Amino acid sequence: MLDGRGLIRRRAGARLWLSGLWLALFVLAAVLAPLISPQDPLAQDLMLERLPPAWMAGSEPGYWLGTDSLGRDVLTRIIYGAQVALAVALVAGLATCLIGSALGLVAGFYRGWADRIISRIVDIWMAFPPVLFAILLIAVLGTGLSSVILAIVIIDWTRFCRVVRAETLNQSKMDYVHSAKVAGFTRLRTLLSEILPNVLPTIVALLTLEMGIAIIVEAILSFVNLSISTDQSTWGGMIAEGRTSIHQAWWVLVFPLIALFFTVLSFAQFGEGLRERFDPVLR
Amino acid sequence: MADTIFQVSDLRVDVPDMTRKPLFGAAPRLEILKGVSFDIARGTVLGIVGGSGSGKTTLGRTLVRLVEPSAGRLLFDGQDITHLSDADMRALRPRIQMIFQDPMSSLNPRLTVGRTIAAPLGAGAGDPRVKAALEQVGLPAAFARRYPHELSGGQRQRVGIARAIAMRPDFILADEIVSGLDVSSQAQVLMLLEQLVVELGLTLVFISHDLSVIRRLCSRVIVLRSGEIVEDAATADLFERPQHAYTRELLDAIPIPDPSVRW
Repeated sequence: MLDGRGLIRRRAGARLWLSGLWLALFVLAAVLAPLISPQDPLAQDLMLERLPPAWMAGSEPGYWLGTDSLGRDVLTRIIYGAQVALAVALVAGLATCLIGSALGLVAGFYRGWADRIISRIVDIWMAFPPVLFAILLIAVLGTGLSSVILAIVIIDWTRFCRVVRAETLNQSKMDYVHSAKVAGFTRLRTLLSEILPNVLPTIVALLTLEMGIAIIVEAILSFVNLSISTDQSTWGGMIAEGRTSIHQAWWVLVFPLIALFFTVLSFAQFGEGLRERFDPVLR
Repeated sequence: MADTIFQVSDLRVDVPDMTRKPLFGAAPRLEILKGVSFDIARGTVLGIVGGSGSGKTTLGRTLVRLVEPSAGRLLFDGQDITHLSDADMRALRPRIQMIFQDPMSSLNPRLTVGRTIAAPLGAGAGDPRVKAALEQVGLPAAFARRYPHELSGGQRQRVGIARAIAMRPDFILADEIVSGLDVSSQAQVLMLLEQLVVELGLTLVFISHDLSVIRRLCSRVIVLRSGEIVEDAATADLFERPQHAYTRELLDAIPIPDPSVRW
C-alpha cells in the first residue's frame, strides 16, 4: 500500500523497542533493587560526602554516580527511587484510567443527566490549579505513598474523562451503533462490545501518558517535601536535595533528573508505539 | 391476497426545529412525515423514491424503529410496534434488518468482518453461518478475518448485505445502499441483490433517489415528496403512465444513453 503505513510501522518499531527497553530496565531496577544496588541507600558516611562520579578525579570505587552531601550513594538511591516511581505509575495510572474512562464512556454514550452532572464536575475540577490542589489534598490526607496516589487519582481522572467522553460522543454518531441497535444489542452491550474497542486505543495512549505524569506529580510533591518520608529515597526528593548543593555537587541533581526524564518520555512513547503497532485501523 | 408484513397508517414524524427556536420556550415542530399510509406484502420489493429532504430515509428508519413515530400506527406482522419499548423491540430485531447507506461507518472499524456478521447471531466468528452468508454475497470465506478498511467499497457493502441476510430476517430495509459506490460496483451490488431477492424470497424496501435503480429491482414504487406520498403504483405503471407531475420530473431526470450522440 502506498499510504505510508509501512513507514509508520518501521518508526513504531524503533519507538516501541527503545522505550520498551528503558521501561524494562526501570521495572527490573525497582523489583531487584536490594540485589543490584551497590550500596545501602540510607548508609550515611560523612567521610564520603559529595564524592564525584566514577570517571572524575577524587572518586571512590563502588560509588559510580558519586554521593550526596550526607555521603549516600546516588546510583543506589536512584535504583530505590524507581520503586516509588513504579508504584505510583502503576497504581495511580491504572486507578485514574479506570475511573476517568468509565465516567467518560457513560457521559458520552448515555448523555442526558449523567452527562450533565459528570461534565459539570469536570468543569469545576479543571478550575483548580492542579499542583496547588495536590498540595492542599496532601495537607488534608497526610503524607505517605497511598496519599500521594490518592491525590493523583482525585486530580487527574478528569484528563481521561474529557478525552474519552469526546471520543465516545464521536463514535456514538457512527452508523455501526445504529446497526448494533438493529441487531438487537442492549445499550450496555453496544457500549462494551462496539464502542469500547474503538475508544480503547485512545485510552491506552492516555494511560501510558498518565503513568509518566503520575511520576512527575510525585516528583513535584517530593520536591516540596510533601510526598513520603525522607527515609525512602524518591527521585523528586533527590532533586530537591541536589538543588541546595548544585554548585558543589551537580551530580546529585542531574542523575535523578535524567532517570525521571527518560522514564516519563519512555512511557509516552511506549503508548504511542503500542497504538501504532496493535491498532488494526492504523496497522 | 399475499399476506401483509407491514401495515403503515397515517404515520407522522416531527422533530423540534432548532433553527427557529425562540430564546425561551419550546422550538416549533418540523414535520418530516405528514401522514403516510401504505402496506408491504410479504415477498415483494417496494421502492421508495424521492429527492433530498423528502423524508424517505426517515420513513425507512421509522419502519425499523430507529426513529420514534409521533403519531399514526405501524403494524409488523399484525403486531403494533408504533411505540414498542426498546426492550420489547429487541425480541423482534432479528426479524427486521437493515443495510446502511455508508458501509464504512456502518461496519465497526475495529471488528473483523467475521465478528461483525457473527455478533448479531450470538455466535463466534467461526460459525458456519458466517461462511455461508459470505458465500451468498460472493465473498471468499477468508474475508471473515479482514477488517473493513482492508475492503473496497463494494466489498464492504456486500458485508453489510451478508450481515443482514445471515439473520434470516422477514424484512430488510436497504437505505440508498449503492449511492456511495462507483458505477460498476453499483451494478454488481444491484445484481447481487436481485439474485438474493429471487433465491431467498426476501421482503425488501429499497430506498433510492434514482428511479433507474428502482426500476430494475422493485415491483411497486412509492414516490415521496416533502413527507407525503404523491404516487403509489406498480413499477410498470409508474414508468408507463406517471400520474403526478413530480413523478414525471423524476422520470425526466433519468439520463438516457443515446448512442447517436458522440463526444
